[in-house]
Amino acid sequence: MLPRITAWWTILRISLQERLVYRGDFALGTLMRFLPIVTQIFLWFAIFANLGTGARITNYTYEELVVYLLLTMVARAFSSMPGLASTIARQIRTGDIKKYLTQPVDLLGFMFLSRMAHKLAYYIVAIGPFALVFFLCRGYFIHLPDAPQAAAFAASLILSFLLGFYLEACIGMVGFWFLEVTSLLFVYMLFSFFLSGHMFPLDMLPQPFGTIVQFTPLQYLAFFPAQVFLGKVQGWDLAMGLLIELEWVVLFMLLSRVLFLRGLKRYSGYGG
Amino acid sequence: MPVIEIENLSKSYRVYQKQEGLLASVTGLFRREHKDVHAVREVNLTVEKGEFVAFLGPNGAGKTTTLKLLSGIIYPSGGTARVMGHVPWEREIAYRRRFALVMGQKNQLWWDLPALESFRLHQQIYRIEPQQYQETLDELSELLDIGRLLRQPVRDLSLGERMKMELAAALLHSPDVLFLDEPTIGLDVVAQHRIQQFLKKYQAQRQVTILLSSHYMKDVAALCQRVVIITHGEIKFDGSLSGIVDRFSGQKLITLQLAGDETPKNLARFGQVIEEQLPKVKLRIDKANVPAALTEILAQHTVEDIVVEDPPLEEVIADLFSQVQTPVAT
Repeated sequence: MLPRITAWWTILRISLQERLVYRGDFALGTLMRFLPIVTQIFLWFAIFANLGTGARITNYTYEELVVYLLLTMVARAFSSMPGLASTIARQIRTGDIKKYLTQPVDLLGFMFLSRMAHKLAYYIVAIGPFALVFFLCRGYFIHLPDAPQAAAFAASLILSFLLGFYLEACIGMVGFWFLEVTSLLFVYMLFSFFLSGHMFPLDMLPQPFGTIVQFTPLQYLAFFPAQVFLGKVQGWDLAMGLLIELEWVVLFMLLSRVLFLRGLKRYSGYGG
Repeated sequence: MPVIEIENLSKSYRVYQKQEGLLASVTGLFRREHKDVHAVREVNLTVEKGEFVAFLGPNGAGKTTTLKLLSGIIYPSGGTARVMGHVPWEREIAYRRRFALVMGQKNQLWWDLPALESFRLHQQIYRIEPQQYQETLDELSELLDIGRLLRQPVRDLSLGERMKMELAAALLHSPDVLFLDEPTIGLDVVAQHRIQQFLKKYQAQRQVTILLSSHYMKDVAALCQRVVIITHGEIKFDGSLSGIVDRFSGQKLITLQLAGDETPKNLARFGQVIEEQLPKVKLRIDKANVPAALTEILAQHTVEDIVVEDPPLEEVIADLFSQVQTPVAT
């Protein structure tokens, strides 16, 4: 076990170093991610301003909506995996994947660790701007979660990281069959942006769409964690929600492994 | 016991055939024609521990495919292979720890980081003890003369330097079997020579079993006692370099130095006149005819000097490579 842990640590450390090579690009990319949230807040501000003070859209006030958007941003900081699927697909296409067939290292495990490193690097840089935005919007947070709720929120974030990782890994594995996954990835991003609740709260949707989106795994990438923080799911519903999220994680974890093994079989059969 | 045993190993795969033109591209969206390419056909080969074997063949002959099969990257269509008792395409971790594959055209190091970081990663994934790691690294960096480059990002290294780093990375875990696919491709003569010198020395010291594929004669001549010639997926020859000439060349080269103002008298009837720069004439004659031809030539000309020699190895091999045969069957 110990050699395994030091190996993990080394992969983590090296990925982190690699991440920090292009500091300028990295810092700019991190900061630019705050741009959409600012425009979103202004957009909703304009909408609510037209409705008059104290107005609600479905069951959200302006303040609640801003808090919701900020929380989805936090959730996306865990669940979004920029470049993961395309990296896997590229390695398949260029043959760099051979490394994981000839060296004693597992592709998914390796990718997982380097993604953790990417996230870590991101948090280190993004924590400043995040703190600033939350500080500026502090007046909107009317009730803060209590300890068990905060723990549930943390759990939902960790699960959303796992779900995001294995979902995108599955899409990357499709590269074994189609080599080019850019379009597929684009479709996924589109759906994910919309159905994860990143754009607006999913419970704003009219029926039956409001119910339908509850059945996709995408809501766990942003909507669900935000709901947990806001205390909109509690007790039994909360426990069930976390359990279903966990089930999605396990499902996509297994699926990515199956796709990987089948893909390898195909890759190995067709000349490599 | 042999380290590598290959029996009737075959690999064929289907490739998509596209006709020229836009229309064909459109129809290709719906119906695709495929062609079976037989990259390796019924190959049999046994390699003993400590042998340094060269696969020699033109591009597309099946050298790389064979190395890929032996490294477990691809499954065969037929036949069996065992390397140190392992079936390569089962890809057991125990096997992966005991061999290494270096491809001249592939980069396995972390592009933006110093090679030393990639080496440390290898130390971890191959579970090399710290002391052994340090010793091996010191030894390799001395042999390859890379000590001062270890801390430079790989992207800033020259192609030759990078190749040395690739080799060092592949050898850190002291593999028992090493597969080298065109390790000197694209390198200048000096860099090629350095890599060859290194491989020679390393192999002699460690007694590792090495399979090297190349289409450079120089690599092979410098390194390998045993040469396996592959064309069109089949083994055409397996033996020593000098054996190739005996086996495949039925001809001798004869150089005549004619005396004074002597002119050649219809020498073409003995064979092919390759060069005629009086007073020097160069002929290519079938081996069997050499004694008779010489007797006649000497009777009709005044000759100052005669050299009878084998055709150069490169030429014999080039002839062998270019022998026309349908490379693919549909």
